Amino acid sequence: MREAERPLVFLRFKFIDFRRLNGGIVVTYLVKRFLALMLLVFSVGSLATAVAETDLRQISQQLVGAKLKALPAIVEQFETGGEEALPLLDAMLNGRLFVRKSDKLIVIAERQQDGDYALVDALSAESLSPSPKKRLKKVKVNNRLRVQLREVIARITLSSDDPDIRESAVRNMLNKMSDRNIAMLAQAKKVETDSTVMALIDLALAINVLKTTDVQAERLTALEAIDGSLEPIVFNTLSALLAQDDAGNNLEADTAVRAKALKIKDRIQQKIDFYELMEKLFFGLSLGSVLLLIATGLAITFGVMGVINMAHGELIMIGAYTAYVVQLLMPNSLEYSILVAIPMAFLVAGTVGVLIERCVIRFLHGRPLETLLATFGISLILQQTVRSIFSPLNRQVSSPSWLSGSLDINPIFSLTYNRLYILLFALLVFFILQLVLKRTSLGLNVRAVSQNRSMAKAIGIRTEWVDAMTFGLGSGIAGIAGVALSQLTNVGPNLGQAYIIDSFMVVVFGGVGNLWGTLVGGFSLGILNKFLEPVTGAVLANIIILVSIILFIQKRPRGLFPQKGRAAG
Amino acid sequence: MKFKKFITATAVALSMMLSLSAVAADTIKVGVLHSLSGTMAISETTLKDTVLMMIEEQNKKGGLLGKKLEAVVVDPASNWPLFAEKTRELLTKEKVDVIFGCWTSVSRKSVLPVIEELNGLLFYPVQYEGEESSKNVFYTGAAPNQQAVPAVDYLMNELEVERWVLAGTDYVYPRTTNKILEAYLIAKGVAPADIMINYTPFGHSDWQSIVADVKKFGSTGKKTAVVSTINGDANIPFYKELGNQGISAEDIPVVAFSVGEEELSGLDTGPLVGHLAAWNYFQSVESDENEAFIKKWKKFAGKKRVTNDPMEATYIGFNMWAQAVEKAGTTEVDTVEQAMIGITTPNLTGGVAVMNSNHHLSKPVLIGEIQDDGQIETVWETNGTVIGDAWSDHLSSSRNLISDWTAPVSCGNFNTKTAKCSGQNF
Amino acid sequence: MSSIRNHFSSLHDLREKAPVFLAVLFGISIYASACNLWLPEDSIFYVSTYTITLLGKYLCYALLALAVDVVWGYCGILSLGHGAFFALGGYTMGMYLMRQIGDRGVYGDPILPDFMVFLNWQELPWFWYGFDHFWVAILAMILVPGILAFVFGWLAFRSRVAGVYLSIMTQALTYALMLAFFRNEMGFGGNNGLTDFKDLLGFNLQSDSVRVALFLCSALVLALAYCLSLLIMSSRFGRVVVGIRDAEDRARFIGFKTENYKVWLFVYSAILAAIAGALYVPQVGIINPGEFSPLNSIEVVVWVAVGGRGTLYGAIAGALLVNYAKTRFTAVFPEAWLFALGALFVGVTVFLPQGLVGLFKNKKLPWCNRKKTGEEQS
Repeated sequence: MREAERPLVFLRFKFIDFRRLNGGIVVTYLVKRFLALMLLVFSVGSLATAVAETDLRQISQQLVGAKLKALPAIVEQFETGGEEALPLLDAMLNGRLFVRKSDKLIVIAERQQDGDYALVDALSAESLSPSPKKRLKKVKVNNRLRVQLREVIARITLSSDDPDIRESAVRNMLNKMSDRNIAMLAQAKKVETDSTVMALIDLALAINVLKTTDVQAERLTALEAIDGSLEPIVFNTLSALLAQDDAGNNLEADTAVRAKALKIKDRIQQKIDFYELMEKLFFGLSLGSVLLLIATGLAITFGVMGVINMAHGELIMIGAYTAYVVQLLMPNSLEYSILVAIPMAFLVAGTVGVLIERCVIRFLHGRPLETLLATFGISLILQQTVRSIFSPLNRQVSSPSWLSGSLDINPIFSLTYNRLYILLFALLVFFILQLVLKRTSLGLNVRAVSQNRSMAKAIGIRTEWVDAMTFGLGSGIAGIAGVALSQLTNVGPNLGQAYIIDSFMVVVFGGVGNLWGTLVGGFSLGILNKFLEPVTGAVLANIIILVSIILFIQKRPRGLFPQKGRAAG
Repeated sequence: MKFKKFITATAVALSMMLSLSAVAADTIKVGVLHSLSGTMAISETTLKDTVLMMIEEQNKKGGLLGKKLEAVVVDPASNWPLFAEKTRELLTKEKVDVIFGCWTSVSRKSVLPVIEELNGLLFYPVQYEGEESSKNVFYTGAAPNQQAVPAVDYLMNELEVERWVLAGTDYVYPRTTNKILEAYLIAKGVAPADIMINYTPFGHSDWQSIVADVKKFGSTGKKTAVVSTINGDANIPFYKELGNQGISAEDIPVVAFSVGEEELSGLDTGPLVGHLAAWNYFQSVESDENEAFIKKWKKFAGKKRVTNDPMEATYIGFNMWAQAVEKAGTTEVDTVEQAMIGITTPNLTGGVAVMNSNHHLSKPVLIGEIQDDGQIETVWETNGTVIGDAWSDHLSSSRNLISDWTAPVSCGNFNTKTAKCSGQNF
Repeated sequence: MSSIRNHFSSLHDLREKAPVFLAVLFGISIYASACNLWLPEDSIFYVSTYTITLLGKYLCYALLALAVDVVWGYCGILSLGHGAFFALGGYTMGMYLMRQIGDRGVYGDPILPDFMVFLNWQELPWFWYGFDHFWVAILAMILVPGILAFVFGWLAFRSRVAGVYLSIMTQALTYALMLAFFRNEMGFGGNNGLTDFKDLLGFNLQSDSVRVALFLCSALVLALAYCLSLLIMSSRFGRVVVGIRDAEDRARFIGFKTENYKVWLFVYSAILAAIAGALYVPQVGIINPGEFSPLNSIEVVVWVAVGGRGTLYGAIAGALLVNYAKTRFTAVFPEAWLFALGALFVGVTVFLPQGLVGLFKNKKLPWCNRKKTGEEQS
């Protein structure tokens, strides 16, 4: 079963990865635009487009030196430019639209490795010679303008060839139901072929009907059309329909409409409740996976070797810093540096772990409380070392695009990719570790030494070597956890301290010396936390969990899954 | 005889151990009380460097009153009781004439009794919750009415926000600021159901549930904004989670009061573009003073360093103190304190800072949008400056309190109703 | 094993050193106080109030170290949560001092402390009642940490949670308390804690003589706690405790209810820690949840380890020494301090399991050795 699990997990990895990479609408679009323009340049005709371009150029020249307040009017005009204006609008939306100071040309600029900016003419897509930032002036945008830009882009792309782009265009217009947008949607409906987009357009039109008409039959059909949709706007429209004024009178006079709306709303509410539960569960699993990752390494050093490694948190921190350094070393492939960082972090943290074992811990054999103090000292030294090398400031490990954003399952339920991947990754690490412990000779030795040290020594196992390797393995896994954490939180000298108590709690709760206990412990604490949090708030949830673990340990001093047999002594 | 010698020797040895007597020199001593280690070192080290830079510069100009300035730097190590201890050390052992220091409210509260007891002078350069005005402290950071209230006004008037999430770290600054904002919003006619308040612990890193709640709260069709008083470290995972859950600045803008250029420099600002920050100074502001200041700073501290609002507050505070000392002709605290009131000095945003009689400054309020290069671009600013209000008018407890350190009131918290002055330590 | 026995059958040795220890403690305290009060400020023998306060703080830490040593050195219970009892003691004192402010707070409210007015609280929470009386504060200072220690110890020792597990649980305890006290809803001032104290029993806390009095008071309490601990450890109870440390199973088989011994010792130690906290607060002028941080508690353990556990004066010397070094070092090299502290941890545990006291014990004072061997034979 375990063998079957691995390829499956791997496949899902790949699958999602692929979809994500295709997600960047803009990139695809720019490539398309470029190809189209290439064609244009080589074919002589297309006078109309050329005319449109000069018009656009006039409009775009207005952007030069324009005040922020004047911009909305200019942006509005770009709509006439249609698809030709898209790259410009898109660059403006993303803050990449600049004016070249020398000739007042509107350009799209992209920062290059050497610090200069690569320039492309915003309208003709012609490449220009790169320029330093000093010679460029940014076209200012603010939030209000971005909203407008998105709307203009939506209107233009409503007639795009790509159904995905059309879908996002309709979705954008869903929230801005001006008469003009409704008219455009009605127009678009006539030529729409894609069923998903069609459904969305129908939804928008139905909501519009509910808002504008009084004819009962039309409204009832409209209600039918929106039945079961999870778009927030549907729920809001229904809530508005069913709302009462301060005196308790219904705002909606028509009882038939009201009854139907109520029924639909209840149905949607049920679904929402269900997905909310799923969401909480996912949050819990995700928190649990973080706990599992940080605790797995400790489960080995503490559980198998009996060493109280207070420097565990700092080994996690070292892993996170390794991710940072790897990223610095591979500036050209930020997308994949994180994948390189995983084995690197294992090696670096593992080496540090072996060093700690060789230099300090082996002198403290059989004195667990002393290892606690010594490793605490080591943790202080490691922290300060990192602080001296990398400064106390937090360091930034950027997320590759395949790790940002979310997998939208429906409008109200989505799973964020970074959490999803970390969940899968934690399980992967866990099962690989199980394999190592169960199927390799190292694992056999480790188990032998942990069960009966003197007997293992008697049959010729080099216990010293096994100790070092075990500690290295545990530390290496801590390092891997650090790479995962670098995607979630700050990479700074205090990273480890924030997690050390949590990881001890998980190991002790799950049962020392039992990896499965750590797995169950991590996930159950994570889920418990996330179900408590909405009720009690984040802090209280944390306190309740700590106190209940303390009480639980009094009841079952050896945790959820106590180690049995002689090894338990 | 021997015994006597032994006794004397012991006494001398003990005294050496017990007192590290400072060698007196004819300089004006400036105490610098910023954490150089511990959790707050990230923010405070910058301010220490700023003060050192200002001192260096003042000395180049010939010092003050014909004497050189001498910096006395101590490290309170982000440990609050240690702040009080180090203040005592600075005032009684080093006998400094002025102290620039503190960042967190709790450190200021810890220092306050000592500085009042020993009649020292403290310049506090960080935005804070107000509700305080001590004779011995000058507050050069923003009071809530110079940051939070105008930011909410901006959101309400310019972005037409109707639903509000007040999210903060659970400590006194966010608590007070949110209390003030809540009262203010309700007075402006916002329904209590349209305000969501949330507190998280320091360094909170798992924002999934809270961001999901914000998303739900904001999906009712009314324009929603988050007013964030989330502190330091917790911001990065918070913004990351916002980005990942697909909440963009256009949907639900976040206006932050504790995120400045320094914090952004450790962060991939791509997903944050368009979110807002409210301060009294941005590095991106174009003015001659600012350009000169940035140039000096980069030369002093390094090319990659950025400037931020508490640095401007330190800059203003230092210049005002220097002027006041020149004006008073002495560094004696009571004289300088009176001389400080009414002093004006150019701020870095092209205006003029005035020290008011309540020991707070007049400042312009700027709202900016975060850019992808980690800078903040001004999108809105107040006409002219706003006078810092020590006691908020929006809180029932302090509605009747005013602060005025000039005669005849001469009191930090004077109740205008009962005409009583309370809570003074001298 | 023999080394450990050597190490701890040294009660006689301890008793012999008690007068020396007390003489040194009082000698320095009285000398410093006299120099502060009666010498002019420009005399080279003058001891500043700053130093007095600093010394007072050290003495409180020493008392805390003593408390940890009692359970760790003599009973093998490594508590990583003694900071919690220290802070609780501090909070009870802080609450009393807050109530003493009366209407001199910034808002002039006669009953509510400033931070409550500030957060719009209408009335005093129930657990603040009575804290305007000093005796209530003293009672709470003993009872609150005492009961917490009793409940925790009773649960833990009865179900035989021991060793490492116990250490981790104590750490979780102080961590949970820290999170709780950080919450503003708790009514203890949240992150800001309690501060701006004015007077204690009617005496102005700002005056030099009160500071000196507090310092002397700390010295006196430390001396008392030292003597009391010494008495306890040399009584039958103390011998059983040491027996439990060395072989709990055997002690149990002989018929001792080991958990009872452990619980009472733990409670005693918690109360000592709380008293230390209560003395600490008026001297440093602030108590806030940072005192609960697990890091602080671990640091205390290091003081004890450095000085030498299982010897009461060792713990005290360790606390004074490390803290003195900390004050001096952080002033000169703030960066290097953590390196030094970390190295101290590692070095002491690996090379000096008996602490600094262990270094001197066998070499410098030969007459002690003789007695000890005599004791062993008898």
